[in-house]
Amino acid sequence: MTATTKPPSTSSPYAELKAPTTARRLLTAPTTGPLVALLLACIFFSFSTDQFLTGGNFSLIVQQVMVVGTLAIGQTLIILTAGIDLSCGAVMAFGSIVIAKMAAEGSLPPLVAIALGLVVCGGFGLLNGLLVQKIPLPPFIVTLGMLNVAFALTHIYSEEQTVTNLPGPLTALGETFPLGHTDITYGSLVTIALFLLLAYALSSTGWGRHVYALGNSQEAARLNGIRTSRLTIGVYTVAGLLYGVAALLLISRTGVGDPQAGQTDNLDSITAVVLGGTSLFGGRGSVLGTFIGVLIVGVFRNGLQLMGVASIYQTLITGVLVILAVTVDQLSRKKAR
Amino acid sequence: MSRTTRLSSSLLRAAAVTGVAALTLTGCGSGSGSSSSGSGEVKVGLITKTDTNPFFVKMKEGAEKAAKENGVQLSTAAGKFDGDNAGQVTAIENMVAAGVKGILITPSDSKAIVPAIEKAKAKGVLVIALDTPTDPESAVDALFATDNLKAGELIGEYAKAAMKGKTAKIAALDLAPGVSVGVQRHNGFLKGFGATDKDVACAQDTGGDQAKGQTAMENCLQKEPDINVVYTINEPAALGAYTALKAKGREKDVLIVSVDGGCTGTQAVKDGKIAATSQQYPLKMAAEGVKAVATYAKDGKKASGYTDTGVTLITDKAQAGVTSKDTAYGLENCWG
Repeated sequence: MTATTKPPSTSSPYAELKAPTTARRLLTAPTTGPLVALLLACIFFSFSTDQFLTGGNFSLIVQQVMVVGTLAIGQTLIILTAGIDLSCGAVMAFGSIVIAKMAAEGSLPPLVAIALGLVVCGGFGLLNGLLVQKIPLPPFIVTLGMLNVAFALTHIYSEEQTVTNLPGPLTALGETFPLGHTDITYGSLVTIALFLLLAYALSSTGWGRHVYALGNSQEAARLNGIRTSRLTIGVYTVAGLLYGVAALLLISRTGVGDPQAGQTDNLDSITAVVLGGTSLFGGRGSVLGTFIGVLIVGVFRNGLQLMGVASIYQTLITGVLVILAVTVDQLSRKKAR
Repeated sequence: MSRTTRLSSSLLRAAAVTGVAALTLTGCGSGSGSSSSGSGEVKVGLITKTDTNPFFVKMKEGAEKAAKENGVQLSTAAGKFDGDNAGQVTAIENMVAAGVKGILITPSDSKAIVPAIEKAKAKGVLVIALDTPTDPESAVDALFATDNLKAGELIGEYAKAAMKGKTAKIAALDLAPGVSVGVQRHNGFLKGFGATDKDVACAQDTGGDQAKGQTAMENCLQKEPDINVVYTINEPAALGAYTALKAKGREKDVLIVSVDGGCTGTQAVKDGKIAATSQQYPLKMAAEGVKAVATYAKDGKKASGYTDTGVTLITDKAQAGVTSKDTAYGLENCWG
């Protein structure tokens, strides 16, 4: 799974981007499969419960997935470079405790505390990137270590205490505004905006093309004049900053700074990436696919709860879906060779 | 890769994904037997810390039985791990969206869950905490739980009597920092024993886990070889301690006391591995919770305040001056 052991891909690094007409692009996009799966799941739940097909419920699902969704954007970027980040949930938890404690107890102005949280999370990303690129170490190992570091720092700094009585601006993104008959949280909009922004950056900028090229073959990318080292470090840093945003979204959603947060979010974000059709071997996939992947998980959790099905089945179904998604990815790669 | 392969692979993916999802869904839908919707039936939600801990499995059983008796529809949810607040928040939201009349919750994080509970209450949902109080306790309408301080006191008093004036060297195998259940049992034990934290020779966190309990006891024995009283947060931790003591040949001359009253744990009391345990009653907590929601749905009367669901000291070596019941009673009333 590391960049160094990956076999060189036979396809051009830009293969994903050659799609001349909109119609053809839609049909052949790697997101088509996940999208169809999402729609079928929605149809199923619409028929099996009365409450599923309401604007309020869709707004609720987006609120519920915004934190993991934002983490998953960063995860997608890293996986596209043929890396992986196990530390994202722990880094987010540390960021959220930093923001919460600085604002609630350190009496820093909320905006300064938020900026500090972003810097801390971005710093973790930068450090991950440097270790992966400069020594170099496998991303799996670097981020596994960083997971423990961030987890421990969270618990040390928080003294195992949940931080309450947060000043208003920290939870502002969790507040809602009415849209028709539905209440939408500001945080949902932030998440959707980030997805669109990164989708644009990946598909329509030189930086995005370079990320795909790097994931397909680091050596080929380097020979083509891409500054792979700077690019890799940049990707991990951007991912870290996204975890900082996720930290803020988390605080705004729960209304507290919680040292226990995010413990399975690293795996949840990888799940979303995989369900969204991004290849764990790098170079293939998209953040829009990840958005669909996040929604698939959110829709199943919500729909099953509305049906009154116990939560352990959510875990069961998610597990089966992930194995299926990767199987299909592998089979389609084999066919391509 | 050619376009046609790519197209067919993404369709294949979609077909496979939805196929399995539909299969799984129909399977578990019929299994749970509660997929009716919009029937006007009263809905009750139960949210536990995890799906896997036998304590919560028993709690769910109690709730299911009570739901049938009271003619209400039960749906359940749980966090992914002990401490998963976000998972519990999501469960509350989904249950409110499903139109439940009341929610019974065992909070994973007493403080962090409060804002979500308040939102649910604002929508007219009755919220009752089971087993673990919220912080502040008034965040929920009512609390049905074991008095954990008393549970600790009972084994503290028992240990004091069983030591018969011998000098005690105490090890405390605790839960985790800042978790109220663990803190209350620990403090209760010390109160019942008439000791303070200064008298504890070795204190370690176990998370209530058997393997970690064993490691903790091994380390404590390394530090203080002459430990002769072991307080444990629950029976898995106690059994871990027993294994560690046995390896050193010390299992006969060290007194282990615990809290919980699970069936495995109660059997361990009968087998003489654990001297005594304070038994609690999760089934009763759940059953009374469901009943309270059914009452609320019927005549709008909200349950309030704290209801002690009781605790009993279980031991086969009764001590004078300490009220207890034997393991026959314990095994009849145990959970898990």
